[in-house]
Amino acid sequence: MLKVFELIGRYFMLMGKVFSRPEKASIYRHRIIYEMEAIGIDSIGLTAIISVFIGAVITLQMCINLESPFIPQSLIGYATRETMILEFSSTVVALILSGKVGSAIASEIGTMRITEQIDALEIMGINSASYLILPKIVAAVFFFPLLTILSIGIGIVGGYLISVATGIMIPSNYIDGLLLDFRPYSITYSLIKSAVFAFIITSVSAFFGYYAKGNSLEVGKASTRAVVVGSVVIMIFNLILTQILLI
Amino acid sequence: MIRAEHICKTFDGHTVLDDISVDFETGCTNLIIGRSGSGKTVLLKTLVGLHEPDKGSVWYDETNYTQLGFKERKAIRKDIGMIFQGGALLDSSTVEENIKLPLDLFTEQSEEEKLERVNFCLQRVRLENANRLYPAELSGGMIKRVAIARAIVMNPRYLFCDEPNSGLDPQTSIVIDNLIHEITKEYNITTIINTHDMNSVMEIGEKIVYIHEGHKWWEGTNEEILHAENRELNDFVFASAMAKRAKGM
Repeated sequence: MLKVFELIGRYFMLMGKVFSRPEKASIYRHRIIYEMEAIGIDSIGLTAIISVFIGAVITLQMCINLESPFIPQSLIGYATRETMILEFSSTVVALILSGKVGSAIASEIGTMRITEQIDALEIMGINSASYLILPKIVAAVFFFPLLTILSIGIGIVGGYLISVATGIMIPSNYIDGLLLDFRPYSITYSLIKSAVFAFIITSVSAFFGYYAKGNSLEVGKASTRAVVVGSVVIMIFNLILTQILLI
Repeated sequence: MIRAEHICKTFDGHTVLDDISVDFETGCTNLIIGRSGSGKTVLLKTLVGLHEPDKGSVWYDETNYTQLGFKERKAIRKDIGMIFQGGALLDSSTVEENIKLPLDLFTEQSEEEKLERVNFCLQRVRLENANRLYPAELSGGMIKRVAIARAIVMNPRYLFCDEPNSGLDPQTSIVIDNLIHEITKEYNITTIINTHDMNSVMEIGEKIVYIHEGHKWWEGTNEEILHAENRELNDFVFASAMAKRAKGM
């Protein structure tokens, strides 16, 4: 238990260092753009592929499970939309990106630690934590909500395409369901969640990479720990945010 | 001048440095030598502030570096250049970006001025036209030379080198040694080199400190080291069969 508190304390100390005043804003701007490409744009493909299939699978499962003359078919489109907005596109995509982005950040920073690149930055008088981690956090917090919007859109399209391709339901009923009882606040809730999850993924994985010690094996372990801890923290915050924002 | 006063350092109860006091002179190449695991790298990292000493202090000229806070240290660190054992170049940056980084962050120079300075440093280490290469595209010797260029780009007053010859062939080692020695003389830098390369010791060791099991065992010059009457030092210096034959042991 003491170890957990020590870990949390070190995490907050590192965040203090990360959010101290940057050396030169122009350099950070360049790095943020670079990280947006590495963290955000490079994740578009994965997000799109997963979203289209999940949207299609949700629609199929809803069709199978809600097959009843008493339940209007439009509810299937409604359920697909709500699932994508409320949970899948923010939480599940965050968990998937935690594996992709989180492990990449932890292993990149961990490798920099064990090959003394971080020491080299410190010797130059550079705040290594801020220089390496802050642009990643800013890039992810800005870009993840965009990925969420993309995922919602593609997931809903996936559901529509499967209804057209298989004929399991009437596509116009699906579209009716999409328009049923739409609350824009659901989108706000989803975007807030994805921004918070982006912060968790980048900061937790950077933390484990930054304090990596030893050799490449340790970098691998740090990367695994980053994904596991990041995923657990995401689930905890998913619960907290849902309680705060929806209930 | 850099002075270490009664430096002690332990890791997990294991004493790595025990009461080490030594002065490193300005304008000459100071060498810290010793067997692997003797505490050389820990001493060097303690001198630059990457490790905090458990006891003792490090002085940069008249400033007690150990007592300084983060901001005050930052000012001194701009006067420090360091060459790491593996080069420690940023993998995702080109040679030019690696060398230019401190200029980008700490100077108000124009892009042309910075580029001119980078090219001057590259020329100084005889690596013209390597600007666009990435560290993965460089040989071991080239990486060390880029690391030297990066270390001198801000005109440092103090230069630290952690085993600059490790992994290099004897000829490239001599080139690197001579380069560091020339730069030290040219800019009147306080240079401290960590090494166990006896060729470096004999070629450029103006002041030598021998560390053995965390203690300062001996100090002197490259002239004196051959005649030192210290068993552990002699075991280290004349470890090779060729050196033993040369001394007639």
